[in-house]
Amino acid sequence: MMHPAMIPEGAHPLAATVARFVWLLPLLPLLGFLINGTLAMLGAAKVGPADPSAGHDSDDHGHGAAHGHDAHDAHHAPTRHKYAAITSLVGPGVLVAAFGLAVACFFAMRSVDMERPFLLTLFQWMPVGDLNLTASFLLDPLSMVMVLVITGVGMLIHIFSVGYMQDDPGYPRYFAYLNLFVFFMLVLVLGGSYPLLFVGWEGVGLCSYLLIGFWFSEKANADAGKKAFIVNRIGDFGFLVAMFLMFANLGSLDIATVAEKAVELPMGGAIVTAMALFLFLGCTGKSAQIPLYVRLPDAMAGPTPVSALIHAATMVTAGVYLVARSSAIFSMAPMAQLVVALVGALTAFFAATIGLKQWDIKKVLAYSTVSQLGYMFIGVGVGAYVAGVFHLVTHAFFKALLFLGSGSVIYVMHAAYHATHNHDDAQDMRNMGGLKTYMPVTFYLMWIATLAIAGIPLFSGFFSKDEILGSVFARISHSTLAEATLFGVPGGTILLIVYVLGLASALMTAIYMTRMMLYTFHGPNRTGEAERSHLTEAPWIMTGPLVVLAALAAFGGWLNVPELLSAVGPVGSLDHWLEPVVGEAALRTTLGAAPHVTHQTELMLVGTAIAIAVAGIAFALLRLKPAALVPKKDSPAATGISRVLENKYFVDEGYDAAIVQPTLAVSRAVLWKGLDAGIIDGLFVNGSALLARAFGWMGSQLQTGQVGTYAWVLLIGVITLLGAFTFR
Amino acid sequence: MLVEALALSAVLFTIGVVGVLTRRNAIILFMCIELMLNAVNLSFVALSTLYGATGQVFVVFTMTVAAAEAAVGLAIIIAIFRHTRSVNLQNINLLKG
Repeated sequence: MMHPAMIPEGAHPLAATVARFVWLLPLLPLLGFLINGTLAMLGAAKVGPADPSAGHDSDDHGHGAAHGHDAHDAHHAPTRHKYAAITSLVGPGVLVAAFGLAVACFFAMRSVDMERPFLLTLFQWMPVGDLNLTASFLLDPLSMVMVLVITGVGMLIHIFSVGYMQDDPGYPRYFAYLNLFVFFMLVLVLGGSYPLLFVGWEGVGLCSYLLIGFWFSEKANADAGKKAFIVNRIGDFGFLVAMFLMFANLGSLDIATVAEKAVELPMGGAIVTAMALFLFLGCTGKSAQIPLYVRLPDAMAGPTPVSALIHAATMVTAGVYLVARSSAIFSMAPMAQLVVALVGALTAFFAATIGLKQWDIKKVLAYSTVSQLGYMFIGVGVGAYVAGVFHLVTHAFFKALLFLGSGSVIYVMHAAYHATHNHDDAQDMRNMGGLKTYMPVTFYLMWIATLAIAGIPLFSGFFSKDEILGSVFARISHSTLAEATLFGVPGGTILLIVYVLGLASALMTAIYMTRMMLYTFHGPNRTGEAERSHLTEAPWIMTGPLVVLAALAAFGGWLNVPELLSAVGPVGSLDHWLEPVVGEAALRTTLGAAPHVTHQTELMLVGTAIAIAVAGIAFALLRLKPAALVPKKDSPAATGISRVLENKYFVDEGYDAAIVQPTLAVSRAVLWKGLDAGIIDGLFVNGSALLARAFGWMGSQLQTGQVGTYAWVLLIGVITLLGAFTFR
Repeated sequence: MLVEALALSAVLFTIGVVGVLTRRNAIILFMCIELMLNAVNLSFVALSTLYGATGQVFVVFTMTVAAAEAAVGLAIIIAIFRHTRSVNLQNINLLKG
């Protein structure tokens, strides 16, 4: 399949470098998938089916059911898979190799002139009529950034998983899925045409489903996987329609050709706007935006490293990548851009409010992820593609760190509860507290990530978040967005709303992250007397990747330092790097001139952002009292607004009542009883049988069995024949 | 002579046909069939004066077939009689649909 046809387009300078092996990038994880998958199947017969009770975190449903009886009490006899050693080598190994190759490609790319993207055509894929699709990889600065994030962060998370999952009976299966995910993710970002991108897009969805339901013998986990899969289908429908529109109106599905031809469409016209909006519908599914964000918090049912890799760092950012990749289309449709920015801002705001009142440590992080993804969409929505991608990168660093850190905490909590046969919830922050004395390394590293996401100056999140908010502000007055309207509301007003929502979300982000840290690591310990002696730092193979991520989370902002802070590092590296890809589209939005705000205004913006971050943290530190918390089982039920927030605005219940139940009712009454049982079974199947029987009955009535009748008929027949011959 | 013979043949044949159509007794029906056969034989013989001996030869064949048919037919009728104690065809409708 992967015969590298090696036909470099023209004579691109990269064709002579290591970048011509870019097809190896996705192939390496695929190889890992094949090996680990084989091991998983070979070993399955020996170990027996995977048992989620041996996993380190299953949600609270799991603890009652799976640990409730002693038959499952297997922790004294480790259920380590017989091929675990090979998997530990192969699983992370292919990622290390892929990352090495990615870095080599990166340096090759730096050394050549990247005015046009490097397109590596592998083979002809779908020659059908006017459509001639080739399987080709597109290596340009944007996909390079994504490849580096995916392989780099992915590598660290793979290494972390070696520690986190080592005792799981499904260990090789886990790594097989994880490798397969990286394969599809690389296909997604390297795909040279929208259909190939879509293959990766669907593939990562599949892997997400497989990994969310990794401990599938718990019904709740399997359901969460299904929910993610089905919600994603709604978004994929949008993506498909967008592709149909592209082919119908632009005659091509190549990313480069589409970008060329899209700018020839009328500016702000119906076609290009529809294209952009349908693409964005795809993004809301993949990247968990309103109205399709509900699947992401449920996705936390999977192992925590999966949450870090798929549901924080890479897959969920695919939507942001898609918008940046299709910047030509979006920049031609200012109204669609306003929709993107507004939806992003609303998502950021609502998810942040929900995050304020969650008790499950992973749910806090999940809503935080939804919120930060909203931020990225604000960035790419207002045409500040670099800012959006920048936040994507820094978010990958600090959110992966936060998730892996929470993974360490859950790992330790679960081990403690397991050792003492306690069936309490290992993920509930009310059962934690005071962990800093037991897990100092995790504690310090997670504070770095918290400061980064809150936007404290010089940490990575500060730079990227500030750049997004600054971009929104700069476009309020002089841009295509300000001139456009959305439902009659002028674009400038919408952008102002977006800006305010962004600021409010930043404030809440600082509050809920500080709350999480306070309740988890500070104050007295609430885990329990017997469990306390089992609390200890996670092994080095888990803390090691955390250290690397912490360095990235702290210093990732250096990638794109604003002019205002030129003292701390090189200005706008990422801006220059991504300029060949998104520069033209970004300029179209800002009417050909670089967005400019006065020095004074910029200082004011930065000052506001810092003040808000500090205020949020200070508020949380002053108002929240970890000492007053009681363990989950002693906690009273929440009331009032807390109850609404804790239950996520009852959106899931609302969707259930508004969409799921009516669908079920219609399916039952109309589709099943009416259409299937009534029309198909009744009319078509039984009806045709009845018709045949009716004709058969009529025919059978001719047979009287009376010889006399036959004789008469014979005579009439003979006379008729004779008559016919005679009077011909 | 020829005309009279053919007329007799037609009369005999018609008697046979009417008998087959109107009577219900299997034996009589059978005899009517024989009558039709022999009516045809008569016309064969009569017409052989015009067209040569082929007609006469054919009559021999017809009689052979009629004999065979009579043997089989009577056997069937006996079988039916043993089964139903009747040779009335109105009581026999095994082929009714």
